[in-house]
Amino acid sequence: MSRDSTTKVLSVAFLLCLVCSILVSAAAVGLSDRQEKNKAEEKKRNILLAAGIYQEGEPIAEQFSKIEARIVDLQSGRFTDRFDPANFDSRIAARDPQFSYQIPEALDLTGIKRRSQYMDVYLVLQDGKLQQLILPVYGKGLWSTMYGFIALAADLNTVQGFAFYEHGETPGLGGEIDNPNWKKQWQGKKIYDEQGKVLIAVIKGTVDRKAPDAAYQADGLAGATLTSRGVENLLHYWLGENGYRLFIENLKREEAKL
Amino acid sequence: MSNAKDVLLDPIFNKNPIGLQILGICSALAVTSKLETVVVMALAVTFVVAGSNFSVSLIRRQIPSSIRIIVQITIIATLVIIVDQFLKAYAFSISKQLSVFVGLIITNCIVLGRAEAFAMKNPPGMSILDGIGNGLGYSVVLFIVAFFRELLGSGKLLGFSILPTLNEGGWYLPNGLMLLPPSAFFIIGLMIWALRTWKTDQVEKES
Repeated sequence: MSRDSTTKVLSVAFLLCLVCSILVSAAAVGLSDRQEKNKAEEKKRNILLAAGIYQEGEPIAEQFSKIEARIVDLQSGRFTDRFDPANFDSRIAARDPQFSYQIPEALDLTGIKRRSQYMDVYLVLQDGKLQQLILPVYGKGLWSTMYGFIALAADLNTVQGFAFYEHGETPGLGGEIDNPNWKKQWQGKKIYDEQGKVLIAVIKGTVDRKAPDAAYQADGLAGATLTSRGVENLLHYWLGENGYRLFIENLKREEAKL
Repeated sequence: MSNAKDVLLDPIFNKNPIGLQILGICSALAVTSKLETVVVMALAVTFVVAGSNFSVSLIRRQIPSSIRIIVQITIIATLVIIVDQFLKAYAFSISKQLSVFVGLIITNCIVLGRAEAFAMKNPPGMSILDGIGNGLGYSVVLFIVAFFRELLGSGKLLGFSILPTLNEGGWYLPNGLMLLPPSAFFIIGLMIWALRTWKTDQVEKES
């Protein structure tokens, strides 16, 4: 059989694809357990980072033992035991009609359209008292959905830490949401005014420290207006009426029992 | 054909894929701001070049010439995906830093270049040596570039402080340019200059 006959071409192509696909699937399936474990650890690491209690080098499982994971029903603003926090994934729940909620267009500030009715939240407790509350937040930036965690101090109004762990924004411009200096400025910012309105804003340029609203403002990123706006929008959405607001109020009035 | 030693060692200085053939520049810019990522990238590329050279050479008499590039790319892509999966499983933080550049090994011209230029004409044993040699040649350049970029850009080597920076109370003011990709162009340019001054036969004749 000649090397360039049609049969030869087809059979070589077929056999090659068969062998290659077996190898690729074997690698993907064989290693998926370890990869899943890495992803779960990475998420825990990011929660610890947002809370500002991550210590390089210490085993993550041990550090994470200080943190309690709970599930919150956003509609009632209370904890629920319907799911096991260890196996709950709000991203999967957001696609499940049974557990998800269609965000009315007028309220959908971040362009995510649907979200899970239940969210996993993380509590840092000391002697049964809440030290920090860590909430997952996400929303659209310029190119991608940005996933992050925001950590609130015990007063549930002061930002303790804020960091994204997954996004696809332009490296060097919007991607600077990963910049440690930019993340650091969030510490100490306030979210709500006295009436409970979300005031936190990402402004253009640098914050004037003397401005009356300085405590509610964070520096925008130069050359990344849409990413900065995306960050502001997702904070407004998730911390507002349609997001964690009711839950946070309940926690303050101690109606949501720890 | 030339002997095994030449096949293995020539690509390091005499026929360096980056220095002489100017192939594989993009990843040399992208991953060289730190030595740590370079170690992993160098291993990954060496493994892929050696593996693809070997596999292509093994079936070189069977590959119909009309689809040979597709066959080579399929083999390379398979190897790269396997490497990527292994990194995600066993070196997660580094695989996050390398992000798309592991996947982009597929498009690294060195890999396809060696498969087409060497493995299609030579037996498997020699092809592996050629693959390892070219991997080493690529690695040497990456190491040199990363050495200068990490040392001058952040005052560190492999994460350890060598030149104490001003921020940490030392005396060294880090050169921020070194952390940006264009600095790799300067270093590679200087390297090629040095290499061609040393080995004058690499200088291209002016037409």
